Amino acid sequence: MPDDDLATRTRSGPGRLLITVYAVFVIAATARSGVQLGTRFGEAPLAYLLSAFAAVVYLVATVCLVRGSRGSRQVATVSCLVELCGVVAVGAASLLAPQAFPDATVWSDFGMGYGFVPLVLPALGLWWLRVTGQPK
Amino acid sequence: MFDVLTTVLTWVALAAAGWALVLLIANRPMQVTKWYGLWLFYVVALLELGLIVLLVVGLVRLANADHDVDGLSFVGYLVGLVVIVPLATVWSMAERSRWGPAVLLVGCLVVPVMIVRLGQIWTAHA
Repeated sequence: MPDDDLATRTRSGPGRLLITVYAVFVIAATARSGVQLGTRFGEAPLAYLLSAFAAVVYLVATVCLVRGSRGSRQVATVSCLVELCGVVAVGAASLLAPQAFPDATVWSDFGMGYGFVPLVLPALGLWWLRVTGQPK
Repeated sequence: MFDVLTTVLTWVALAAAGWALVLLIANRPMQVTKWYGLWLFYVVALLELGLIVLLVVGLVRLANADHDVDGLSFVGYLVGLVVIVPLATVWSMAERSRWGPAVLLVGCLVVPVMIVRLGQIWTAHA
């Protein structure tokens, strides 16, 4: 299967919607962490650094899904796995040790503040990469 | 002015989202050569025009605010609202399937959510 076909398939159909939702989260997480880090970093350094980390992971996943080459898809897969681990770990931590998170991150409470989309999105991403990766 | 404008924009965004959902279910791509695609394009263009007006009105209101407002977040949401609709439109029109309107559906549904957050930021310290 030529690489161009693979890239087109990755960003077409449901993939295009997936990338849209990812892009929304890039904007949301970047803006949120930018304001947090820029104005009140001292208040909740851990939460704000996690917000910034989440923003970077979303950005990497989005760019790689748009590019859709073999290498990009591998990076996107890793990004989705990191997201999934991040949202589960931060979600659990924010419930077990709320004092460490005086302010919310995108991943707090398993992404409840964002309609649990952060929890579903990486799973959908992994599923889509798997579907489009299989030879027809 | 603020409440009227944001309420109208919320309904315009929901109308565009509703129409995009119809196209998604009817399995139609985003085509401006067809009446159904062209009208969706018009509604989205109207929405964007309103969001630009909201940006201007919001900046003026912020400059004359009689209470503390988290200015950076407020402006961030105003600018975000103006940016998101054109991006979603371009991205949806590159798609030649029902997933084009699906993109626009998401883009239009983000608008009311961001407008609600904008209102919350405005009244947070009132």
